[in-house]
Amino acid sequence: MSEPVLLRNVDAADGHLLSTYEADGGYQALRKALGEHTPDEVIDLVKQSNLRGRGGAGFPTGMKWSFVPKGTDRPKYLCCNADEGEPGTFKDRIIMERDPHQLIEGLAVSAYAIGAETAYVYVRGEYVTAIRRLQQAIAEAHAKGYLGRGVLGSDFNFSVHIHCGAGAYICGEETAMLESLEGKRAQPRLKPPFPAVAGLYASPTVINNVETLACVPHIVTRGPAWFRGIGPDKSPGPKLYCVSGQVRKPGLYELPMGILLRELIEDHAGGPLPGRRIKAVIPGGVSAPVIPESGLDVGMDFDSLAAAGSMLGSAGVIVIDDTACMVKVATRIIEFFHHESCGKCTPCREGLNWAVKVLRRIEAGEGAPGDLEQLDRLCKGIFGNTFCALGDGAAMGLRAALKHFRDEFVAHIEARRCPYH
Amino acid sequence: MTMREKIEEAAARYPDRRSAIMPALLIAQEEHGHLPGPVLEEVAEILGVERIWVFELATFYTLFHTEPVGRFHLQLCDNVSCMLCGSEDLLKHLETTLGIGKGETTADGLFTLSTVECLGACEMAPVMQVGDDYHGNLDVARLDALLQGLRVAAGRVTSVEHASAPAPGE
Repeated sequence: MSEPVLLRNVDAADGHLLSTYEADGGYQALRKALGEHTPDEVIDLVKQSNLRGRGGAGFPTGMKWSFVPKGTDRPKYLCCNADEGEPGTFKDRIIMERDPHQLIEGLAVSAYAIGAETAYVYVRGEYVTAIRRLQQAIAEAHAKGYLGRGVLGSDFNFSVHIHCGAGAYICGEETAMLESLEGKRAQPRLKPPFPAVAGLYASPTVINNVETLACVPHIVTRGPAWFRGIGPDKSPGPKLYCVSGQVRKPGLYELPMGILLRELIEDHAGGPLPGRRIKAVIPGGVSAPVIPESGLDVGMDFDSLAAAGSMLGSAGVIVIDDTACMVKVATRIIEFFHHESCGKCTPCREGLNWAVKVLRRIEAGEGAPGDLEQLDRLCKGIFGNTFCALGDGAAMGLRAALKHFRDEFVAHIEARRCPYH
Repeated sequence: MTMREKIEEAAARYPDRRSAIMPALLIAQEEHGHLPGPVLEEVAEILGVERIWVFELATFYTLFHTEPVGRFHLQLCDNVSCMLCGSEDLLKHLETTLGIGKGETTADGLFTLSTVECLGACEMAPVMQVGDDYHGNLDVARLDALLQGLRVAAGRVTSVEHASAPAPGE
């Protein structure tokens, strides 16, 4: 896969303009979907492609769409999760800033498939440039008949609205996002009912990530077999990897799903900084359990990373080298989750508060015997005992740091200081 | 457009006016700089929604400011990728240069300093958001140049040469 697909326009100076997008075959997938396929056929194409959600959970997209009930009188909604907040992740921002029409076409084709006439794109409020570019792109698409009443002369009506977030990580959780769209505090809902049945305004709702939606037009034009031919059959497709941290060439890389993590870092992102050695890598945003250097020969796809005890998540790859203190990294991650906990579930709200206090004192050289066992108990108390995955992500991350780098924690407690300072 | 007209335009995008509280708060904050109680009450009145619904959002989401912020809000990311790339040194430098700590505003009202969670721009870590703009790949020299540029933009100094004079606290 030498030619980029998802990133083909991002380096163009005018990549955000409709003219650039159209010149490269843009909106042909929408034309094809409306002209040659029924909505159910589009759902089938996406099912056959084995596309799995790029937001983090990896749920099969076509299956998610097929849960939307047929023959209901209620309006159906499509929501795009563009609240990219998982630390280490910046792929959706780059798509929206530099190739927003790719997302808009993905929205239009997907809305046609599920029978939605309205889409809300929930963009995090910090992404001012992305929001402006999307607004311009929506106006351009309207003017050319790709959006609005009777899209491209068909009887499909479709409008896209932007909803700006206001700085809450929890809005990336799909039911919290729906609460936020309804004008409430973003606190997750108990499932079931699932959003496909009763989501936004209690109507059938599909929530998809930006990158997921950007894949859809390519599946329609190039076919599901093309998509499945890239990477592992059960977890295929082109994939965006966000590489950051202590690495020579941080950046966004489009490569096949399933590429080895070591290959991504060494061959594409330039490897470690001069004179340093890689100690560990977080492969999928800070919710994904850290992998020690010895485990880097793992495929970057949902199933391979799950089998290795971590997860692909949002593919936010954070490289940590031998100059970094793992206690400090773990502390910063748990501080983040504590700050972003919505406060609804006691294990997450109180457990993370407690964990932060213990971690900070260990890092400060004031840790006591029994602190690590206390952290183990806190992870156990949080994991699986909350409405949403925020608490789970925090517990899994901390557990992995304690498992793989326990000697660093012990060294802090025994020496009564941080060995890295 | 007046604030009321902008809020009505936003409300037309949703089947339920409660959904327009977040966009309305962003519009009101743009207009007033921050969101004191009377502004929140005005938003509730324009939308015809319960005041508590407006207050609970203004205090839940971190981009809403119920207290005044300086003309330039320096929002330094200190999440993992930025921390690994040196954000702690940048924070220390900002605190020393500006003579304020996290969450504080300089006496002249020019700068408010905050640390924020991941800005989603880790490819250019360490990164800081000022107003609408992201500034990436920062080091101490670039940070100083940025601060100088902001002081010039604010008319507090007339040229870059003047701006390079030691700031209070140095």
